[in-house]
Amino acid sequence: MRELKAVFRREMSGYFATPLAYVFIVVFLFATGAFTFYVGNLFEAGRADLSPFFGYHPWLYLFFIPAIAMRLWAEEQKTGTIEVLMTLPIPISSLVLGKFLAAWAFTSLALVLTFPVWISVNYLGSPDNGVILASYIGSFFMAGAYLAIGTCLSAATNNQVIAFVVSVTVCFLFTVSGLPLVLGFMQGFLPQVLVQAIAGLSFLTHFEAIRGGVIDLRDVVFFLSLIGVALVVNGVLIDAKREG
Amino acid sequence: MINISDLVKRFGAFTAVDGLSFSVEKGEVLGFLGPNGAGKSTTMRMITGFLAPTSGQVSVCGYDVAQQGLEAQRCLGYLPEGAPAYGEMTPRGYLKFIGEVRGLTGAEGVKALDRAVERAHLGSVLDQPIDTLSKGFKRRVGLAQAILHNPPVLIMDEPTDGLDPNQKHAVRSLIKEMSADKAIIISTHILEEVDAICSRALIIDRGRQVADGTPSELAARSSYHNAVTIGFAGEEGPRALPELQALNGITRLDERQEGGQALYTLFVADKERLLIEEVSALAQSRGWNVRALYAEEGRLDEVFRMLTTSDVSERHDISEEAVV
Repeated sequence: MRELKAVFRREMSGYFATPLAYVFIVVFLFATGAFTFYVGNLFEAGRADLSPFFGYHPWLYLFFIPAIAMRLWAEEQKTGTIEVLMTLPIPISSLVLGKFLAAWAFTSLALVLTFPVWISVNYLGSPDNGVILASYIGSFFMAGAYLAIGTCLSAATNNQVIAFVVSVTVCFLFTVSGLPLVLGFMQGFLPQVLVQAIAGLSFLTHFEAIRGGVIDLRDVVFFLSLIGVALVVNGVLIDAKREG
Repeated sequence: MINISDLVKRFGAFTAVDGLSFSVEKGEVLGFLGPNGAGKSTTMRMITGFLAPTSGQVSVCGYDVAQQGLEAQRCLGYLPEGAPAYGEMTPRGYLKFIGEVRGLTGAEGVKALDRAVERAHLGSVLDQPIDTLSKGFKRRVGLAQAILHNPPVLIMDEPTDGLDPNQKHAVRSLIKEMSADKAIIISTHILEEVDAICSRALIIDRGRQVADGTPSELAARSSYHNAVTIGFAGEEGPRALPELQALNGITRLDERQEGGQALYTLFVADKERLLIEEVSALAQSRGWNVRALYAEEGRLDEVFRMLTTSDVSERHDISEEAVV
């Protein structure tokens, strides 16, 4: 626990020691704003809700989160600090969890900083704040899932660009696997059970469900178990480095 | 403190470490020598638990590194090759992090940090990002990281690489100072360093141990051991040479220039013979004006080249160099 806390704090301070954190937050907020107001036409829709805002989250995360995750392990391997880290008396689980939780806390901070959008719709009308809260919670878990995939893939390479590209690709598959277009294509040659299973892995489907305003335990469990699986694989990948 | 038996590490078809066995006790400074690629870093990485051995055992402070890795890691400090550190952090932040991980908190943590900073002479750069520091300071940050918890076992991969002569001297003094109550392994390819700080030297080549002994024991294996070097102040050299060569049992006579004057080295096969007394008596009886006269202890670099062949391209022929 002590080691986990130390790793978490070091990671967290690492974000703010360089311009990385500030650049990321500013660009993320700008992008969410641009998509909500210009692409999503929040004002023209004439409805006091944040569905245009949350609708773009999966697509924004698709690029922003791999950008955060790509350096987590790849950079350690590139600079050799992984040798220091892995020869300190830290259990692998604390290393993986400490890094992941710090990154998740950081993305959550970026998410929380979108609150002016929420204030705006409350000023303009009277939205259902329960739905908005549920959407924020859904977005939080979905961000964690993207992040866990990205972190895991970052452990597989010492090249950040490769980590980024592969993460975006894998995250994209998880995002679109529930879209009718993709499912329709697969129905042509896959049995129905398998198509259902693939559809069940879609971030979009689970996020849409939560965005409806009902936090179904199954959706939360989906994201959490995906995070769990990715982190276990992450730990296995890191442990395998001892083999050389 | 450190016990290694039958250690083997293979990377695919390549065998980096091939059956090493040795142990290091408290108070010893083991100099780990070998050409590049001989397996020094790989061995150190297995001792510190960064790499898992293909076969064989490593135990540190009585803990099996494979089974009780964390316990072993708690009692050792490690300076990896190149002294990697988080560039965006300051030495203070970095050492605080290491202290937190190692459970050095509160007053104890402050004390540990102060002591490590003082020993590594980091005081002046404590609050600058590590990325902006010179190579020498970076190395000392790594050193401070390794000694922060005052570990009984210290493993350092090329601790003086890239340092200037003053910094080298400081690091060597520090290692000597700490050696009394620790088991220390350093790797190096600077042979003078072995003479300066190591109580024992272990030479490895292609992953195998080729020599183990005190630096003077190893030097005694050199053909220079017990050879006598003589230099003349005047012009006696050419006249004296035949007489020197005529001494009983001289196997070889080398000549080299040093400071504009010639030095002659006489080799004998018998390592116990007091050749220097014979030469001295001869010089006195002939009334030669002798500028230098000394017995050679032996040369580590020659022994090193004799024993190691991994890096053939960098190997020089001993006889060629000695004759010049």
